Amino acid sequence: MNKDTDKTMPLREAVSRYVKKGAHISIGGFTLNRNPMAAVYEIIRQKITDLHLYAHSNGTGLDELIGAGCISKLEIAYGGNGKAAPTCIRFARAIQNNDILFEDYSNYMMSLRFMAGAMGVPFLPTLSGLGSNIVSTWGFSESLRRSDPKIVDRKLAVVDNPFGDWGNAKKVVAVPAITPDVTIIHVQKADAMGTCSIKGLAFADVEQVKASRHVIVTCENLVEKAALRKNPDMNQIPFIHVTAVCHVPFGGYPTAVYGHYDYDSQYLKKFAAAAKDKDAFTAYQDTWVYGVNSHEQFLQQVGKDRLAAIAADPETGYSVNMKRD
Amino acid sequence: MDMSYTPKEIMTIMAAREIKNGDIVFSGTGISMLAAMAAKKINAPDSVIFFETGAMDSLLEEIPFAVADPRIMYWAAANASLTDAFATMQNRITGDRVIAILGAAQIDMYGNLNTTCIGDYFSPDIRFSGSGGGCDVASFVPRCIAFMQHEKRKFVNQLDYLTSPGQLSGNGSREAAGLRPGGVSVVVTNLGVMRFDPDTGRMYLDQYYPGTTPGMILENTQFYMDVSRAVQALPPTETELKILRENCDPQRLILGPAG
Repeated sequence: MNKDTDKTMPLREAVSRYVKKGAHISIGGFTLNRNPMAAVYEIIRQKITDLHLYAHSNGTGLDELIGAGCISKLEIAYGGNGKAAPTCIRFARAIQNNDILFEDYSNYMMSLRFMAGAMGVPFLPTLSGLGSNIVSTWGFSESLRRSDPKIVDRKLAVVDNPFGDWGNAKKVVAVPAITPDVTIIHVQKADAMGTCSIKGLAFADVEQVKASRHVIVTCENLVEKAALRKNPDMNQIPFIHVTAVCHVPFGGYPTAVYGHYDYDSQYLKKFAAAAKDKDAFTAYQDTWVYGVNSHEQFLQQVGKDRLAAIAADPETGYSVNMKRD
Repeated sequence: MDMSYTPKEIMTIMAAREIKNGDIVFSGTGISMLAAMAAKKINAPDSVIFFETGAMDSLLEEIPFAVADPRIMYWAAANASLTDAFATMQNRITGDRVIAILGAAQIDMYGNLNTTCIGDYFSPDIRFSGSGGGCDVASFVPRCIAFMQHEKRKFVNQLDYLTSPGQLSGNGSREAAGLRPGGVSVVVTNLGVMRFDPDTGRMYLDQYYPGTTPGMILENTQFYMDVSRAVQALPPTETELKILRENCDPQRLILGPAG
């Protein structure tokens, strides 16, 4: 057995230690669910810039990071935030105004790219995207690709099936592996060594984690090792992949964390409204991001009543009959 | 019972009729989820709804507003992962049973879809969310329903970006590119229902709704479409409307104001 290395540390320290300017990163969750929002806001407050973000479908965290100017390069399948913003607003603006470099993929391609990184293979094949602009149109130029050793030389490659027509396919799209410098996820339960138990959908968190050199886990509940070891089949991530563990209750707020709280549709709407206007967005950030010094203070500002309104029902895992318009 | 209906109501019913009993239905949110729910309650009780995020056969006691909504995680057969969900469609054992429902900003005469941008890719006039799982679904599954508003700027000669492959440039080019037969097979709009010629891969008018005409549909389409096979659609029946209104979306969260 491994000696029980305690990887717990304050979130501020984990972010400053592992999320460096120019780092290639990914964040867990999907659109408005289980984003590591406490870590996202900490990255913004620490003004860490020039980040290269890999995303399948990102929403709340993506738009905060782009809006704050932290992202310079983006590889992505989808930028949307549910009903509040079917297309993420700062994401769309950043592309329309040429503020970031970006490249489009599909959700399966991005998931497979993380999986290839996790497996240690250079690429994985899929039948997705043949004949599409996703395959034929590169977002990053050849010279950019050559100038950065962390970016693969080609976007995607259509290759003949090396096994003839085995599997009833003549050609496949080879999607190159991703190995982020750091991935940050938010989970329901973790122990001090970093073993994680996720409730509800895991999305592609497990592949993202296993593909990454460093992993920061924020958790609702920091539990004793024994609590996780009693039910090992409930644990998706063993500690060997994890670098730092930060205990941050409501660390996914304002996104949903299954079994704990729902997404805060009022907050997401407030963000979307502000994101449409430069001055309103600055005011939003001054109040809700830069105006607080920690996630704890942010939650105090949100208020107990709001957090109580989105509390999950223990049976269904979401806030039953919550007002969501 | 008010037998008049809104465009959203007839679109939902027309899509629901495409779903067969036993189908595995890939669903997004909004009207596509409502169509999947309506089919399950009207004509395809053994159909199964699933989401790209990995939830299979969720209970859906409350209407989810996103495919990552915690409401899809409750009482599912399994909460799996993205890689699992797409493998379900790529693999032929389950993939051939899947019917998908997609939306798009633009569609062309071959059923190719654009959900990425309007204008130049690098400096677009409008940037949309992007493929998500749309490209994967259109690549993998044999039958896809596309939901569209029928407008000239959306039914275009040339897509600004081909996000999700349909018949590519027709006449077998989809298969020549290496894709299996499939992609968008039916387009449901506020005016009618379009399908694709099996030989040429080109869109033709299959049904126009009561109150619309093939001429109106052509006027709202940039490309020429064969209308010689078109018939008037059977309007929604009392049973269909009743189940849709009372059992699927009683709060009209997706259907919106009654007609």
